[in-house]
Amino acid sequence: MNSDKPLHRKPWAAGLVVFFGLVLSGGGYATATNVVETEFGSAEQVSEGRKLFLANCASCHGTNGEGAIGGPSLIGVGAASVDFQVGTGRMPGQASGPQLYKKPVQFTEEQILAMAAYVASLAPGPALPDPEFLRTDGDVEHGGELFRINCAMCHNAVGAGGALTEGKFAPALDGVTEKHIYEAMVTGPQNMPVFNDANLTPEDKKDIISYLKYVENNPSVGGFALGSVGPVAEGLFVWIFGLGFIIAISVWLGAKAN
Amino acid sequence: MSEVEKSYSPGLATNIEKAIQDPGVEPHRLRMTDKSEKHAKNAERQVAFMFLLSIVGAIIAVWGFFAFPISGGDLSATRNNSLWMGLGMSLSLLGIGFGAVHWAKTLMPDNEITEERHLARSSDENRAAAVEIIKLADGESGFTRRKLIRRTMYGALAFLPIPAVVIFGDLGPVVGDTLKRTMWKAGTRLAKDPTGIPIKASEVTVGSVFHVIPEGLAELTEHKLEEKAKAAVLLVRVNPGVLNEAPEKAGWSYDGIVAYSKICTHVGCPVALYEQHTHHLLCPCHQSTFDLADHCKVVFGPAARPLPQLPIAVDAEGYLIAQSDFLEPVGPTFWDMRK
Repeated sequence: MNSDKPLHRKPWAAGLVVFFGLVLSGGGYATATNVVETEFGSAEQVSEGRKLFLANCASCHGTNGEGAIGGPSLIGVGAASVDFQVGTGRMPGQASGPQLYKKPVQFTEEQILAMAAYVASLAPGPALPDPEFLRTDGDVEHGGELFRINCAMCHNAVGAGGALTEGKFAPALDGVTEKHIYEAMVTGPQNMPVFNDANLTPEDKKDIISYLKYVENNPSVGGFALGSVGPVAEGLFVWIFGLGFIIAISVWLGAKAN
Repeated sequence: MSEVEKSYSPGLATNIEKAIQDPGVEPHRLRMTDKSEKHAKNAERQVAFMFLLSIVGAIIAVWGFFAFPISGGDLSATRNNSLWMGLGMSLSLLGIGFGAVHWAKTLMPDNEITEERHLARSSDENRAAAVEIIKLADGESGFTRRKLIRRTMYGALAFLPIPAVVIFGDLGPVVGDTLKRTMWKAGTRLAKDPTGIPIKASEVTVGSVFHVIPEGLAELTEHKLEEKAKAAVLLVRVNPGVLNEAPEKAGWSYDGIVAYSKICTHVGCPVALYEQHTHHLLCPCHQSTFDLADHCKVVFGPAARPLPQLPIAVDAEGYLIAQSDFLEPVGPTFWDMRK
């Protein structure tokens, strides 16, 4: 090869680089995730959780989770509460206001579990849900009936969410994981009431989750759902586009051709 | 005539000389399709195109019918079937309509024509003839002369509609006191909606909301929804000390557990949006807001009176029971509700 010529990459070189890159990073992740499997609530995890708690939560919730100015007591809120609040990014809270918003999650899964284990060690409270009840093969019809009786007044009949008073709102439920739906029911985050296992049995909760996942994954039978936000939005749509179309035709009918 | 009546302002009087004149028909304006053969040809093509679109629409509708057959249980097929058949048929109908209108507007003659309207008043001969006929009929029938017949006929006509008014009484059962009482009685257990499983006081943890029906309602075979619409109750437990209870209602709650009618006192929507920390109950229809910790008094919105409270207690087995029916009618206020 003539050394004066600029070097030319062989066409397959880029492919080879990408291949090795993928193997390395993928393998790296696989080894990393294999390490994490520790038992929930072990002394080691609790002490790890306490460190994270002191660094990230104690300024509002007190150094022992007893609550302080700006944050309620966490005694007895349970692991489910921590997993929901931190796992959906609502905690750590960014700014005070009528309601905390969902936002990008700040911690890894293992850090969240460690903090949950620490808070759960303070006092008994709602535990992390049994994966048995997070499956979506429950009775959708029964789940739908329970949802309409217990949840639909705030969250809308198909979980599209709705407004409450003074800036508070019930969030939309599409895209929320099965685990977080279950945890919200047992813990009653923010202004949502609690639905304990005597009120809605774990089997009932599974049916509700199955219903929500069913409506999320099946398109509306009636055609365009317009966000499923109800008769006001639908009426407005008809007023603007339906009547607009009729008015446009009337104008055209009455106008002389030029 | 007096001087005052004559002295009107000239501005208000009709000035015949300056009256608005009939402007007549404006001069006929030729359309582009009248002036140029090219434009007429174009318009002809446009009309034909719309009729062709109509044919395409009909074909789309038929295609939608066969492409998305509605078959057992698959609801999404209904959606596509309806969508494409509807779009196709609309296009088919609109194509003909738009085509016809466009044809009429661009190619058919558009000369202005005036048609005079005939007078509303009949001719004097016709009017005189009509009076003659009435007089003749009166004379022959003796309508004016025979007072007995005339008066009994008025009477018969007055009585004729009375049966029609009376049968309105059969439109429905007499309301009676059904608006003033519900299924709740002393000792009726509070049960979960929709299963009808009775609720123990120990199951109602702080912050919980239970949607409640009277025990036995789930098993009703007749008038179930009517009874539910009156008896539906919201059961909430709040932290001890939060409740502000009037002395005469002090025994109506149990250890922070309170039960209130779920039927809004405004127009009867189910008030069920409960905010755990503000203890506010919000009605989704018109945003009436009730403070659950303070006798469900109205804190916002159009409702005029608090939600009625159901007095509750606990029986020997630990189940929540009603002490009695509601002590006032539930739901929207009506004129004789206090009687």
